[in-house]
Amino acid sequence: MPRRLPRPKLAIERFTLPNGLRVVLNPDRSAPVVGIAVYYDVGFRSEPEGRTGFAHLFEHLMFQGSHHLDKGEADRLIEGNGGNMNGSTHPDFTVYISQLPSTALELGLFLEADRMRGVRLTDETLRNQIDVVKEEINVNVNNRPYGGFPWIDLPPIMFTTFNNAHNGYGSFVDLEAATVRDASDFFDRYYAPGNAVLAVAGDVEMGAVRALIERHFGEIPARPVPAPPNLHEPLPKEERRGQKVDELAPMPATAVGYRVPDPIAEPDEFLAVVVLSEVLAGGEASRLYQRLVKEERLAADVGAAVGSFGDPYEMRDPTSLQVLMWHPGATADEILAVIDEEVERLVEDLEGGEVERVVTGMVSGHLRHLDNVLQRAMEIGMVEQQRGRAELVNELPGLLAEVTPGAVADAADRWLRKTGRAVLEVLPGSAA
Amino acid sequence: MTSVIPAVGKPRPMRLPTFGDHTLANGLRVLVARRPGIPRFEARLVLPVAHGGAGEGPRLRVFTETLLSGTPTRTSREIAEDLQALGGGLGSSADAEQLVLGGSCLSVHRRAFLELAGEVVRDASFPADEVAIERERVVQEIALLRSQPGVVAGDALVRRLYGTHAYGQGTPDPEAVASVRPAALRALHDGRVRPGHAVMVIVGDVDVSRTIEDVEAAFGQWQAGGAFRELGRPKVATPSSLLLVDRPGAVQSNIRIGGRALPRSDPEYAALALAVTVFGGYFTSRLNDNIREQKGYTYGAHSRVEHRKAMAQLTVAADVGRDVTAASLVEVTYELGRMVSLPVEQAELDAARRYLQGTMAMGVQTQAGLASFIATLVSAGLGVEYLRDYPAALEKVTVDDVLDVSRRFLAPHALTTVVVGDASAVGPALRALGEVERGT
Repeated sequence: MPRRLPRPKLAIERFTLPNGLRVVLNPDRSAPVVGIAVYYDVGFRSEPEGRTGFAHLFEHLMFQGSHHLDKGEADRLIEGNGGNMNGSTHPDFTVYISQLPSTALELGLFLEADRMRGVRLTDETLRNQIDVVKEEINVNVNNRPYGGFPWIDLPPIMFTTFNNAHNGYGSFVDLEAATVRDASDFFDRYYAPGNAVLAVAGDVEMGAVRALIERHFGEIPARPVPAPPNLHEPLPKEERRGQKVDELAPMPATAVGYRVPDPIAEPDEFLAVVVLSEVLAGGEASRLYQRLVKEERLAADVGAAVGSFGDPYEMRDPTSLQVLMWHPGATADEILAVIDEEVERLVEDLEGGEVERVVTGMVSGHLRHLDNVLQRAMEIGMVEQQRGRAELVNELPGLLAEVTPGAVADAADRWLRKTGRAVLEVLPGSAA
Repeated sequence: MTSVIPAVGKPRPMRLPTFGDHTLANGLRVLVARRPGIPRFEARLVLPVAHGGAGEGPRLRVFTETLLSGTPTRTSREIAEDLQALGGGLGSSADAEQLVLGGSCLSVHRRAFLELAGEVVRDASFPADEVAIERERVVQEIALLRSQPGVVAGDALVRRLYGTHAYGQGTPDPEAVASVRPAALRALHDGRVRPGHAVMVIVGDVDVSRTIEDVEAAFGQWQAGGAFRELGRPKVATPSSLLLVDRPGAVQSNIRIGGRALPRSDPEYAALALAVTVFGGYFTSRLNDNIREQKGYTYGAHSRVEHRKAMAQLTVAADVGRDVTAASLVEVTYELGRMVSLPVEQAELDAARRYLQGTMAMGVQTQAGLASFIATLVSAGLGVEYLRDYPAALEKVTVDDVLDVSRRFLAPHALTTVVVGDASAVGPALRALGEVERGT
């Protein structure tokens, strides 16, 4: 019996321009701000061999000048009119975001259209951004404990193909080798209007915003849309293990990656796995937290997520359920044995009340996320791109409420087994 | 030629939120604003707990980790499960001066959430086994924090700026954390977690008067009283030498520069905020443009004002490549020097002004953003009208005002510099620039 849970009621409109650009809108006039998100269907799982990190480096180049604008001009226009802009590269997409006072809506659309029309690429800006990206990698990976844990270090254990396994930040060697020609080819191939989704949320009037979008994006010529990368790889038939010594880490940590159903082709089975992840290790009320942190004091912290970047719905198949633990009081094998016991127990004893409580928490978190106008643009843009169904943002609470304890237990039984999982152990430097 | 760049009109004015404002008999001030949109609400309870005594940092750190670990009627697990069942969350944090209990929940469970929060605030019991678990976790977390160069640099900076003042304490000492006893936590709770000077801010899809009634029902029995001491204003050291903290093998250096700043309530704060923004407060600031976008020395350089009750602090931060550490410092000093020796361009000032006005309006668009900001304002002695008055104050600032305030707060000789990095690699060039002191 579906439970009564509050649901978002975002107004959603969509249309497609003749050049193939898909547009999805969420008008909401409650505050004088707008959020704009442009999703390009290219992420680091699209990169060719020898060009690790290129999708992310290219994202930086998208801020270095465009058809009408010099380097730095777009940022200056956005910030100088009271807004913010940024970009982010994920496994399966690259997104460009801005949040602005609503009177700057046309400016924001113009800037996105201007760089969809063309980027300015020079050797000088390329070299500058290679340096910046290297320092970004130093901040986030090389000069801190648990840098890249587990998003860089787990995929090469879990997967075998280059697309799925390689480091999305890239090697310094590959980054140094990048050329303006590479960047130009990358733009031509992946940044076609037909390979993008434009999402706008907030203080806009439907007719007016449509006219502005047609004016600024309508004349960008259509280009061929690339075929998606072939990411398929079969489920492993064995447990895969790997270790990494982290000189800066003060305690051992372990990440366990389990393959999961295809998020798009098997949506019901996938949703049961998303709920399972929360039952198992989503916060302090979860089973693994209570057992490992509170009862046995083996771990300092434990968490779980579906997908590499925290949002279950952002990755295509193959993706994973990841359990992360920092465990000064135990070895990885001791921790793994507890996980196996807890999975076994969950298969046997999961009941409705626990699932209901967990789903209530998940729905509440989803709603909280949607309070921000830019997050709304990002959510609808992301699900529109991969599923053609921005309405999923409204439907998610109802779908979660329909997930039964039996479905969650079945998902645990089928997917959270030793066979096929990947285990990454991070060993503190002093243990080396 | 007319520009193809679309013109931008004046932003539509933000409607000031209206807060119901009621003070309970025990002294707790309750501010509630209705902000529908999503069927949830946010709550922030801010209470002053300043003490300034020895061992205060470690004690407060364990206190915030154990406040939700049990009451006479609920175990820590039950608290976590009950919150999840309400679609809620609750957590606490503290600095040297105040404790914040923050949370949020589905609107339909408002009463149950407030009852739970009230129970914790009144009756937290600090069970010995839970305290032992959390104490150990805090010790482990401190080990993790101290392995992060940014934390090491921040700790070194506040120690150098404030010495033995509570502001100079930084990350707590793990041995002191390990010796915190449940009795000390209960004494802190009994003595200082009191409603007398506390403020509860609630923002969300709620009925204002009913919510105030519910807060009264849940918190009315919270016993009045409690004592806290305002911290004295710290004396800020301005050593002429740079402090270099060795981190052998580090591929980057963490530059941190600090000094005093003005509080939001100061008439000149708007001018200082604009100076700090032009200098390093946003992506297109002079400093970030120079050392990131022109030179590629860093992923990002920032400056900001950190607000605390006894004194606000100016901080400049950049994590830079090892081999360009001294070169980066030269550029930081150059940009500071430019701020104090020449007026900023009118266009730069206007851009920074619109940025601060726009981002404040965006920040308070959400329930969480508005609740947090109002809680911050009220605990600093300001009110909701700041949302209207601050943009107006920004509007009046001139380039001369910015130069004047920069000379007092951005002058390199008034600031203290710390660098965490590989001393053998970065030391020689830094010593060639000026006096260097080695330290931790």
